[in-house]
Amino acid sequence: MLNIAITIAATLVCISLILNLWRLFIGPNRPDRILALDTMYINSIALIVLFGISSGSTLYFEAALLIAMLGFVSTAAMCKYILRGDLIE
Amino acid sequence: MEFWIELVVSVFLVAGAVFVFIGSFGLAKLPDFYTRLHAPTKATTLGMSCLLIASMILVTYQQGYLSLHELLITLFLLITAPVTAHMLAKTAMHHKLEILDKTTEQELAARARERMSPQQSE
Repeated sequence: MLNIAITIAATLVCISLILNLWRLFIGPNRPDRILALDTMYINSIALIVLFGISSGSTLYFEAALLIAMLGFVSTAAMCKYILRGDLIE
Repeated sequence: MEFWIELVVSVFLVAGAVFVFIGSFGLAKLPDFYTRLHAPTKATTLGMSCLLIASMILVTYQQGYLSLHELLITLFLLITAPVTAHMLAKTAMHHKLEILDKTTEQELAARARERMSPQQSE
């Protein structure tokens, strides 16, 4: 039953990654694209966690934590850049 | 593995994946930026919390000791998602993105823009 649940979850997360990619392409404005990238890194954390569950290894959570931290910092930096035109004034 | 642990972990996994999917579906389908911002910041954070709780239960059962790495990721996402949403909303407001006609109290956005636009504050 766990294998079926992991398959369903990974399929749903992959479909949502494709939906995010579609929004990243057609997004009419720059904040839309930043929001799509923000959601994409959260979904990639979900994929890494699912892979860690299915392989039975706890080694992947450090990678997930790194992606979470760097994704937040990059989103904040992109917002600041398109808001002020500069990162460090 | 005992049946009920497998059942609980499977329910958390499927619920989390459904929440993540709802968040991305809202991001793709909702009409303007401010409503699109609503979907991933709530639904995707909730879905990630469900997935990481499932992983925490499973690793705790398999390894025999309490595993708290996943709680770290969950807390980090719960703390940073509102900060990201606030920065994105502020950016969109100052770039004068169109607001849906059905939105009430649109004059508040104009007042906030006048009060603190990036050109004036430099």
